[in-house]
Amino acid sequence: MQQSRCTDPVILNLWHPLAALVDMQPGVVFDTVLLEERVSYAHDGQGEAAAWRSFAGLPAGAAVEIDQLVETLPVKVAYGYLWTSLGTPGELFPIPEFAEADRRKLNAATLGVNVSAPRAIENFLDMGHFPYVHTDILGAEPHTEVKEYDVEISVERDEILATRCRFYQPKASTVSTEGADVDYVYRVPHPYCSVLYKSSPADESRLDVIAIFLQPIDQEHVRAHMMLCVLDDENEDKIIKRFQQTIFGQDKPILENQFPKRLPLDPRAETPIRADKSAIAYRRWLSQKGVTYGVIPAAT
Amino acid sequence: MITLYDYELSGNCYKLRLLMSILGIDYKTVPVDFYPGREHKSDWFLRLNPLGQLPVIDDDGFVLRDAQAILVYLASKYDASGTWYPRDNPELLGQISQWLAFADGITSTSSAARLHDGMFYDFDIETVRAGAHRLFRILDEHLWFGEQEGRDWLCSADHPTIADIACFPYIMLSEEGGISRQDYPAIRRWCDRVKRIKGFVVMSGVFPAGPAKAA
Repeated sequence: MQQSRCTDPVILNLWHPLAALVDMQPGVVFDTVLLEERVSYAHDGQGEAAAWRSFAGLPAGAAVEIDQLVETLPVKVAYGYLWTSLGTPGELFPIPEFAEADRRKLNAATLGVNVSAPRAIENFLDMGHFPYVHTDILGAEPHTEVKEYDVEISVERDEILATRCRFYQPKASTVSTEGADVDYVYRVPHPYCSVLYKSSPADESRLDVIAIFLQPIDQEHVRAHMMLCVLDDENEDKIIKRFQQTIFGQDKPILENQFPKRLPLDPRAETPIRADKSAIAYRRWLSQKGVTYGVIPAAT
Repeated sequence: MITLYDYELSGNCYKLRLLMSILGIDYKTVPVDFYPGREHKSDWFLRLNPLGQLPVIDDDGFVLRDAQAILVYLASKYDASGTWYPRDNPELLGQISQWLAFADGITSTSSAARLHDGMFYDFDIETVRAGAHRLFRILDEHLWFGEQEGRDWLCSADHPTIADIACFPYIMLSEEGGISRQDYPAIRRWCDRVKRIKGFVVMSGVFPAGPAKAA
């Protein structure tokens, strides 16, 4: 089925991630798909980057000097990734912890997933699946209860905030030595991005930051970029990345079997339980924003 | 002690973890950042395996590459029961080799589709998916006829062999490459039997068998 290209102004005017700079060889063209448009991108290794609508004369793999390019798209380098927009973007949401020098900042992976971006955000917000899908890592029976937590839609910051989340985790991170009750805070500061804060086993006064940035390829496919900004002075990069890839690899078949692939925003479409409070707020927030891409809008 | 050069999301690494778990073999792993780090193409890894492919094992200095070859080695050396690779049964050995080669065909089709969709490898996606369906159809028929004769496994024995282990992972992960197993009921039943082998372990993307159905 040929899907129409994105006409959703809310989504068109957002910043969208394309790739982690660390995974891009400098001075070489890469290409990808964003909102059903072919987009090329490159960086010079000195902090300058560019993105543009792909054209035949400059294919992936070609050498490029980015200051020679004309007709480029808006571009931003943030949190280790190259971001662009097909519209007129505003500010990108802040992650202040990214500036803290002692954190390990990594792209765990960029993985293609056959799911809509909003379905992937909802799964990221859901604690109920931990014991069943991430058994003996992020959860274990009989510790299956999602305890009461708070959710607010911050009007001032235009984001969803879920706080006072707490879950028993056998192995919350690469530096865990034993199971522990782990505190979680979730932010959804962008319709297709979420930032998670969780207790750090390395420093009880601080929180690890794990973000998922979803690049919508089309309404039912994403590239999921997984950013880590964690406290760990014991393990090699690849060990920290493997931990997150293992978890995401467990989520992948769950995500890809969601039906319908687009997220229904009609409150009657799917029956939530108390643990889904953050998902209910997320769906309502998307409706209020008027998002139509990657969702099934509520009937009006 | 065996060292496995390993990548968590690799089905070819998983088949070795699976057999070693079933046989109760102790081993340690050296993680290789296959994606996105491409560490299997790094200088140190190419010295270990000039093909730049996972998995590789090092068993007290004996280095071996190729998932299927390693299955043969591990079963020959460490399976006290002698059933996973029965060295004294020419017919079975021939069948096992046939299915090990078939497993390589599954890797070059079903696994390729998964690498294309998940990690953006440059394969012709329609060609590799069609190739996987062709193999799955052949396998499904083989298993279906086997069931009619009371045979549960790929080879003509009343027990699983390394052939089953070799073929299992990239069949089980096929949906990540957009290859549905909806039309292959005998494959689905066989997958469930593999999951009930004593010592079975999962990897990311493979779930354990559900509760056994009442007889």
